Amino acid sequence: MLKSRKTAAIALALGLLAPVFGLAQQQRTPAQNPPAATAGKLAPARVQLNLGRPALPQEIAAWDIDVRPDGLGLPPGKGSVKQGEDIYLERCAACHGEFGEGAGRWPVLAGGAGSLKSDNPEKTLGSFWPYLSTSWDYIYRAMPFGNGQSLTPDETYAVVAYLLNLNDIVKEDFELSKENFASVKLPNVGGFYDDDRETAEKVFWKKNPCMKNCKPEPAKVTGRARAIDVTPDSKTGPRVE
Amino acid sequence: MVDRAETPLNRRRFLSAAGLAGAGLATGALPSRAAEPDAAITDVQDWNRYLGEGVQAHPYGSPSKYEKNVVRRDVEWLTASRESSVNFTPLHALDGNVTPSGLAFERHHGGIADIDPAKHRLMIHGLVDKPLVFTMDDLKRFPGRVHKLYFLECAANSGMEWRGAQLNGCQFTHGMIHNVWYTGVSLRSLLEQAGVKTNAKWLLAEGGDASMMTRSIPLQKALDDCIIAWGMNGEALRPEQGYPVRLVVPGWEGNMWIKWLRRLELGDEPWQAREETSKYTDLLADGRSRRFTYIMDAKSVVTNPSPQAPLLHKGPNVLSGIAWSGRGRIERVDVSLDGGRNWRTARLEGPVLSRSMTRFYVDFDWDGRELLVQSRAMDETGYVQPTKNELRAVRGVNSIYHNNGVQTWFVHKNGETENVEIS
Ligand code: HEC
Repeated sequence: MLKSRKTAAIALALGLLAPVFGLAQQQRTPAQNPPAATAGKLAPARVQLNLGRPALPQEIAAWDIDVRPDGLGLPPGKGSVKQGEDIYLERCAACHGEFGEGAGRWPVLAGGAGSLKSDNPEKTLGSFWPYLSTSWDYIYRAMPFGNGQSLTPDETYAVVAYLLNLNDIVKEDFELSKENFASVKLPNVGGFYDDDRETAEKVFWKKNPCMKNCKPEPAKVTGRARAIDVTPDSKTGPRVE
Repeated sequence: MVDRAETPLNRRRFLSAAGLAGAGLATGALPSRAAEPDAAITDVQDWNRYLGEGVQAHPYGSPSKYEKNVVRRDVEWLTASRESSVNFTPLHALDGNVTPSGLAFERHHGGIADIDPAKHRLMIHGLVDKPLVFTMDDLKRFPGRVHKLYFLECAANSGMEWRGAQLNGCQFTHGMIHNVWYTGVSLRSLLEQAGVKTNAKWLLAEGGDASMMTRSIPLQKALDDCIIAWGMNGEALRPEQGYPVRLVVPGWEGNMWIKWLRRLELGDEPWQAREETSKYTDLLADGRSRRFTYIMDAKSVVTNPSPQAPLLHKGPNVLSGIAWSGRGRIERVDVSLDGGRNWRTARLEGPVLSRSMTRFYVDFDWDGRELLVQSRAMDETGYVQPTKNELRAVRGVNSIYHNNGVQTWFVHKNGETENVEIS
């Protein structure tokens, strides 16, 4: 578990929520603010309402398909880069491109390494995503677009293995499985930190913003939307040039 | 006379529609003195004489045909398919602080789910004492029903504008927001029935659409003020807003307000779903990214005048706009007509509610000179809406999300209004 995540969890447990939510919470009126003690275990409901019914284990199993970074939620199974390539070319490449480069405006899935500081950052599961579990979870639930939940777990392992290979993270002979899943680390895992706007952007909490003669010179126009002219026309519909 | 609803977006159309191509400032105003009697008065109009349609001509009514241009619009080149796309609220044509249901912007990731409410189920499971399943009827029998007015803003609202002025119209620059009344029950009251275990810290909310959207929500927020809502502006949620039931997460980015809500799972860690890693993380200039940037900071925009609603008359005019903050109530809105050199405080009109859109007005006389119109919101925490350059200084231009910088509209001498950046 990441240290920062642990810290966030502890802060939550204590009902502190600092610094991410600190200000918002302080500003609540007392009536809206739940007592800190309820952040964890909820006091048993005063009235058991007899609304709803117990969920059956089979029902939970049918819907509970989410997968976490620690692998919790992964079904048993495995799939190789080679198997993944066949599945990908048949069911993904039409939109995402043969090499994950994205066909037309469909999302790019590979490449972009080292681009995050550039003028044109390319955020892919290789260059940007912090956790492998996100791709397994997302592909299994939502892809191929318009036919979600049609891949088997083995097919999903295979296609994820192939995407790892396209992103130069594993070799061609790699096989991804529930067992080795947690051992695959993505390059940008350390690239994220929790919202720190309330400290990093403290200057935006100004006491008395200037009202008169706030700029030495009259303001000058430095950029114009019309120069770019990408706004759709109101009657003829969007014009794409 | 210029039909405001017909007002086009680009220069060519502006000039022809407003009849300004050759002429000076054409106006829809009545001349200050009439030479001829006005036919609108002296003629008997059809609607003065012949019977109109009877009751039930429109069992579910719609706006006047003269308002047909007041609609949501999209920018087709933004996305590859309309099933995973966005359209925009026509803010320039609206007033007050409630967004009409049919004009509230849409954002879908797998199209609009067509759900039979009789077959809809909401499940709560994970770190709870009693996993439960609810029908829509169960939800509507819960005690403690609430009605709340909240804004929902997509974190990517104004996201096209980080590198400079791009889209000519507040519908496109700021239209990923709406403010509607929600009817439902507190999420807390549902969780109380299931009994949350002590080690639960996070809640996963999942939609039942083809994208099966998921977001991790801190349990504290879930217990604080989230709502399970089936009503919108007094009627059922619209399909495109999550019918039959959605999550309401006041003040936080719109993506978390899961539509077509079908599942709530309690856990001890965030799930790191695609929409909280690949998307909705804010890439900064140093290549690192902020995550879990849930709160929508204070923001405002002048909706009139704006590129789609230019100034048509000299003399008295009403400048109008909206302000909102995810941290609480709007405290004050200042307006500048000279690009931020001098400011005056606007009048807030109508209810000023926490995490709800607030309407502001400045009545002013326009003498036909060029204006650089801006608004600056302040909320009850003392946060002051930054300029775009102040934001860029902290965040760079790659973050896509959470662009709440001050917007500038350039009003030309002929009233035409344009999205600009200024020094
Ligand atoms: C019909 C076109 C289409 C096909 C086929 C398709 N996808 Fe997608 N894919 C999309 C769209 C559209 C999105 C973005 C959806 C959204 O906006 O939420 C997407 C998103 C993704 C993403 C997330 C990208 C990101 O950067 O967040 C991944 C990963 C992905 N697809 C993998 C796959 C895989 C694997 C397959 C094959 C099994 C597949 N897709 C098939 C259209 C497609």
